[in-house]
Amino acid sequence: MWKWFHQLASPPHFYRIAEILSPWLAIPGLVLIAYGLWQGLFVVPMDYQQGDAFRIIYVHVPAAYLSLMAYMIMATAGAVGLIWRIKLAHAVAAAAAPIGAAFTFLALATGSIWGRPMWGTWWEWGDPRMMSELILLFLYFGYMALRGAIDDTAKADKASAVLALVGIVNVVIVHFSVEWWSSLHQGQTVFKKGTMDAEMRIPLLIMLIGFTLLFGSMLLRRIRTEVLYRERRTRWVREMILATGDGT
Amino acid sequence: MLIRGERCLFQGLSFALESGALLVLEGRNGSGKTSLIRAIAGMLSLEQGTVYWDDVPVEKQRQTFHGNLVWLAHRTGLKGDLTLVENLGFERSLRAHSTRDAEDVYERLGIARLKKLILRSLSAGQQRRVALARMLLADVPLWFMDEPFTNLDREGRALVLELVEEHLGRGGMCVMAAHQDVEIDAPTTRVKIQ
Amino acid sequence: MPGIFESLLATTRRDLLLAWKRPGDVLNPLFFFAMVCTLFPLAVGPSPEQLEFSGPGVLWVAALLATLLSLNSLFLSDFEDGSLDQLLVSPQPLPVLVLGKTLAHWLTAGLPLVFVSPILALTYNMPVSVMGVMMLTLLLGTISLSLLGSIGAALTVGLHRGTALLSLLILPLAMPIMILGANAVSLAAHDDVYTTGIWALGAYAIASVSLAPYATAAALRISNE
Repeated sequence: MWKWFHQLASPPHFYRIAEILSPWLAIPGLVLIAYGLWQGLFVVPMDYQQGDAFRIIYVHVPAAYLSLMAYMIMATAGAVGLIWRIKLAHAVAAAAAPIGAAFTFLALATGSIWGRPMWGTWWEWGDPRMMSELILLFLYFGYMALRGAIDDTAKADKASAVLALVGIVNVVIVHFSVEWWSSLHQGQTVFKKGTMDAEMRIPLLIMLIGFTLLFGSMLLRRIRTEVLYRERRTRWVREMILATGDGT
Repeated sequence: MLIRGERCLFQGLSFALESGALLVLEGRNGSGKTSLIRAIAGMLSLEQGTVYWDDVPVEKQRQTFHGNLVWLAHRTGLKGDLTLVENLGFERSLRAHSTRDAEDVYERLGIARLKKLILRSLSAGQQRRVALARMLLADVPLWFMDEPFTNLDREGRALVLELVEEHLGRGGMCVMAAHQDVEIDAPTTRVKIQ
Repeated sequence: MPGIFESLLATTRRDLLLAWKRPGDVLNPLFFFAMVCTLFPLAVGPSPEQLEFSGPGVLWVAALLATLLSLNSLFLSDFEDGSLDQLLVSPQPLPVLVLGKTLAHWLTAGLPLVFVSPILALTYNMPVSVMGVMMLTLLLGTISLSLLGSIGAALTVGLHRGTALLSLLILPLAMPIMILGANAVSLAAHDDVYTTGIWALGAYAIASVSLAPYATAAALRISNE
């Protein structure tokens, strides 16, 4: 099994596998999303309390979930790269960051849209989940800024890995401290985890899976680009470019 | 293997240093000898390869390895705002007790009368001598010297060579990176870097 | 070979000595602290109720910003004059040396804020009873801030525009500390139970002292390459 893992960690090998795997994730993902959206937007009945506005959770919840998952992947990959010195792991971390940041932004935007009818404002500072999500966005920005500020790729990899690991601890702490703060100030929250009818829950699950598959596909594609850039001077990349003519 | 930035600087190198011997890394500025000497001392990570001290890999005994070496480079790591005594006192407080007498060393290096002055007021050559004093006072077997002759006049350079020779004669070892020829009366391994 | 405690003290002592020779480094953050506290009433109006209400928050934000400002220089001079190289090849464990430096930084940048804060709190009509809580939160909070800040300082030492990047990296880490601190003081001002916040800050400080030096040491090794 380790042999397989070692093979996978070799950049050219991974490059080929990712190329094959990516559409297998994207297409089912998109199909599921389309179905889930249709269900969620049109078929599922209106919510008793929130009217049609709640439908945005079908995008918001997957986005928020993936924003966190992407950070976990980023930090774990960074740790693997630091401890076991696997270069591909660093490429995974670098690839995950912008995707994670995008999903975080999406979560914030959809959260804001969701809250508007209820709060009356576009942003409610008192909501703990939104605040935690906002701080997560800052963590992503910090990570990407640090990567950008260091010219040497290997050094940037290691430094950002340390930052991501420190950030992981922080994500947990931020979550609890913001909840405490919000409870102090009786912030308005609409995101109660109340019971949801099975009818409403199934499309959500579908959307979650669909988005995750799509995320996987996006991640694989980004990793491929990262690998290509990092290995641009190696023989296998050169041979590939010469063989196919344009490197795709 | 040592990779710096995107360039692979060295590959397939191997050498051994014994008691009383000198290892010289020769090359022009920018040839990578500073990177190599820093890698051996443990400041730069090697892509592949191991440094051994007493047949044990350095990663497994970092404290011991560092306790046996002292580093000298162009940037001396001495604080300009502090006096000579304050600077060297700090160094000594981090190391095991030294058998050397501080006053003797100051006399030898001609810096005894500068003890109470802050380093900023000393000339570059004098500051170098203070760094050399630190080296002697550390009382360790392994010396790392990255371009030890900068800022020194002929007399200073002769002094450095003399000190190194004595150190090697006592059974010490030295790894030196230099861009000029170094002639010492001791077993020397030269690594010429293009 | 000197023990851990001795090396820690030696390192702290050296940095304190260096700070002594450059008093500006200590005074500047203090002035900044005072200035930020001055900016707030100028910007939103000096109504006493508003000031009293926002006092804890403003003081805490000002303290956070002042600490951030002073963090950039934690490793910068060592990086530039080669002392960092010496620390990296020292026989003493790097986390210990780092803790020593951070302790010196806190003594010169964090602790003074604690002592100056009552004066500024007075101008915000903070009752004396609340001031005690405020000083305690600042005491514990600045310890954590210095330690977390040292991680950021180590990651950004020598980088172009290091201070701005440092602030960006540290702020998300510092937010929980500020939330806990400022709100504990607010609670005290309303005669509410505030001990949860104090305990949490204390736990944070202890965790930081135990863990941050390792992260900072790792970051220093990486940055110095």
